[in-house]
Amino acid sequence: MLKIILTDDDEDDRLFFKEAIDDISVETELKLFNHGQDLITYLTTPNVALPDLLFLDLNMPIKNGMECLKEIKANKDLQHIIIAIYSTSSSEQDIEDTFVNGANIYIKKPSSFKALKKAVEKVLKVNWQYHTSNFNRDTFLLRI
Amino acid sequence: MKIYVSFDGNRTLKAFLSDKLKALDFNCKLNGINEIELDDNLSSEKQNELFNALNHYHIEVIEDKKIAIIERIKNSIDEMLNNEDAQLINSSDFLADKLNYSYTYLSTLFSEATYTSIENYIILRKVDKVKSLLLKTDLTLTEIAFKLNYSSVAHLSGQFKKTTGLTPSTFQRIIAKRKLTQQNNL
Repeated sequence: MLKIILTDDDEDDRLFFKEAIDDISVETELKLFNHGQDLITYLTTPNVALPDLLFLDLNMPIKNGMECLKEIKANKDLQHIIIAIYSTSSSEQDIEDTFVNGANIYIKKPSSFKALKKAVEKVLKVNWQYHTSNFNRDTFLLRI
Repeated sequence: MKIYVSFDGNRTLKAFLSDKLKALDFNCKLNGINEIELDDNLSSEKQNELFNALNHYHIEVIEDKKIAIIERIKNSIDEMLNNEDAQLINSSDFLADKLNYSYTYLSTLFSEATYTSIENYIILRKVDKVKSLLLKTDLTLTEIAFKLNYSSVAHLSGQFKKTTGLTPSTFQRIIAKRKLTQQNNL
């Protein structure tokens, strides 16, 4: 069972994502947040169940994805969480900046549901291997 | 002061386990990394003591035989990738021989439990090895391709790109920049 969180301010994107995850054979438990501040508040609650995989939109009000990424990577209790950036941006600069700041996965939001499902499925299946075998997480980079 | 250490997790664990078991005075034999052969006369009390000792190091006793086989498949794959001679053998023959089950049985079992095929898992593992050789040694891509039995550098690069979405050189650049950023933040 993979514990997953998606933080995205766009309601439609959250809905599509949930539908895609429900369709995939990997067993998951999904939590949704609307923006970065809610996410950080949740993650820093004592004794909270931390996710195995965190999907993070970049453009969000209040606290954006990049700020969340930096905060999580600077926090000793949270820095082990595998982070997947999930963004409409395909700028090479954004991709490289997020990887350099500790993101493991970068997914450019696909334009069709079918492509979304395929991308999320690939991420979950690769992530499962990192979750269950001793792969080196420090060098886990995946761009889709 | 900061020092850097490098170790082969499997060998370290094996040495550690065998020291630990000896210290605890258990009459048992380590068969490879995931199999411990116990004395048949071991009392259930003593058995529990052993399980608890192992649990303390986050080592779980696997009661499910299927899970145990999958762990053995994964370990045999690592053994195969670490041994240049073994790489010349067809991986399905190697695994079937090593584990003494038909490859069809092993591959069905593996796919059902891990969301991936043995072939795919081997590719992921190989790419993980390429990454570590790229970062920890001065080997060129050509030398790494040869070492890991790729037919050509192009084949290695293609598989790396397909698996990670990045070229080996982009990967290296990002990891180097990340290290620099982490050092600056300290």
